[in-house]
Amino acid sequence: MGFVRGFFNWLGTTLKLMTYNKAGFIGFLSTCAILIICLIGPFFIPLDTKTKLDNIYQPPSAEYWMGTDHQGRDIFSQIVHGGKDVIYVAAVAAFLSTFIAVGFGTLSAFAGGKIDTAIMGVTDVFLTIPQFPLLAVLAAFITLNNLTFLGLFLGALSWPALLRAVRSQALSLKERDFVEAARALDLGTSHIVFRELVPNMMTYIVISFTLALTAAVYTQVGLVLLGLVPVSGSNWGVMISFAWTQGAIFFRDAMWRIMMPILAIALFQLSVITMTRSLELAFNPRLRTMV
Amino acid sequence: MAPIIEVRNLTKQFGKGAEMVTAVDSVSFAIEPGETVCLVGESGCGKSTTGRMVAGLLEATSGEVIFEGKNIKQLDSAAFRRYRQTVQIIHQDPYSSLNPTQTIRQIITAPLLRHNKVKGKSAAEARALELLEVVDLTPARDVIDKYPHQLSGGQRQRVAVARALTVDPKFIVADEAVSMVDVSIRVSILTMLARLKKEFDVTFLFITHDLALAKYFAWQGRITVMYLGRIVEDGPTQRLITDPRHPYTQALLSAVPEADPELAHHKREIELRDAEIPSLLALPRGCTFHPRCPYFVAGQCDVAVPPLEALPEGGRVACPVRMGERISLLV
Repeated sequence: MGFVRGFFNWLGTTLKLMTYNKAGFIGFLSTCAILIICLIGPFFIPLDTKTKLDNIYQPPSAEYWMGTDHQGRDIFSQIVHGGKDVIYVAAVAAFLSTFIAVGFGTLSAFAGGKIDTAIMGVTDVFLTIPQFPLLAVLAAFITLNNLTFLGLFLGALSWPALLRAVRSQALSLKERDFVEAARALDLGTSHIVFRELVPNMMTYIVISFTLALTAAVYTQVGLVLLGLVPVSGSNWGVMISFAWTQGAIFFRDAMWRIMMPILAIALFQLSVITMTRSLELAFNPRLRTMV
Repeated sequence: MAPIIEVRNLTKQFGKGAEMVTAVDSVSFAIEPGETVCLVGESGCGKSTTGRMVAGLLEATSGEVIFEGKNIKQLDSAAFRRYRQTVQIIHQDPYSSLNPTQTIRQIITAPLLRHNKVKGKSAAEARALELLEVVDLTPARDVIDKYPHQLSGGQRQRVAVARALTVDPKFIVADEAVSMVDVSIRVSILTMLARLKKEFDVTFLFITHDLALAKYFAWQGRITVMYLGRIVEDGPTQRLITDPRHPYTQALLSAVPEADPELAHHKREIELRDAEIPSLLALPRGCTFHPRCPYFVAGQCDVAVPPLEALPEGGRVACPVRMGERISLLV
């Protein structure tokens, strides 16, 4: 019971802190709304697959909130169904790249010597490789039809910049007296890393995670748009890709069809990025005690 | 009695090649259990570096730190754990010695639980409260759930002391422990540390740049004076204060302001030949103090490093120019 109450206390404090920054809080609410619509929405709004030739390229109306496409299907239902995969792939990519960056970045800073040299060498090589062309070339050889695999693939290529930043932060933190005191108290390496260092880098890590998330969304959509990832199902990237290949940019009537997935992506990215302003506050112990 | 900590020819060098600096040069001393030793010197003289090497937080370039009769590098893991817990350090800056993301409760209970000093969280809390009371943070209940930024510098320093006490240390290196604390609460922290000395049977290595403070804290103990990485003089505090032998110690003492105007008026001022401390990158040959020393003897002081010689009254001094000669030099 005490644990549950503690959790709700923590949650309450965190939410309250997030309201301190208005823009950040709106971003947070809007991110939540998009997540709910994309994850739960498909259970309530069926995907419109029926071709209605008398209904093509309709502008938004009460019946079709976002208009219709070239076969007269409801764009709104496609948007609702198309977010899940994009967000899933981006989350997998962001988790993996943050995990690699934080894990090896702190290891590099802590171990020093040969391990540091080796990790930094690999990082520099990865930083030199232009990621998008590499992805494009690799996509020609590897079939990226599995969403998890695509996410892992994107994550495995996007960690180097964050790793460098985490390493430099850990290097400066490990010289602080409280880390030395923890060594003197023989608290062990895992305590020092996870209790002393990581909490002090948490703000930075969370913000980097959200930035990795947005980057992964763009990379993914870019790959789909270029046709490098097999298109299947409905997803925001696929929608843009189809609209694009069918010449939607030349039709004035087709504007809604190409704009809606672009807007959905842009709104998601904007929400996540503004949300980071509030996340910054939520991890600051100075503010935590003022609530 | 066997010394609790002994260092032999401890040397620490930083950097490489032309940039290499010898921060600590062949320092040797032994500290008996129950003793209070002050390490005094100007900033940059290697006293903090020595303290960190004694606490096992910095590896010496050469020389050894001896614990239980063995070099700490050769201790087996059980003995090293014992050493780690026996020797604790209190840092100078209470603003960086406490993790800003942890509450006082987390800071104090982590070592208690890690080393099985208590069983369970409630016992850990009880012990943490007890330790906070010991360092005069009362009422402890008001403090325990606070974050470091909610406490004043003096309170933080007390938390740092309480944290060091969690592992029942027998030897504490207090590295400028009160120099960043407001003057008004310095004395109360020093009194608290002096009480720990008795109550917890703790031996202190008290590092400070302030000779007046050393005199206050270690009146019954010893003072070791360092200059540019070397020990120039050590001995029982009362002898060293009333009858300093090394010209550097004399200069330090003459710089301590006296509250009594009568005393201040009659105090002998030592005129240094040069006010500047030489750079560690270009140390003078021989005695490193010779460019500033009023008793400088050409051809003697600037040739060889004077060895630390034992004095019949206790202690050691590294100055070959004897008292009698000095007076004739000044006249």
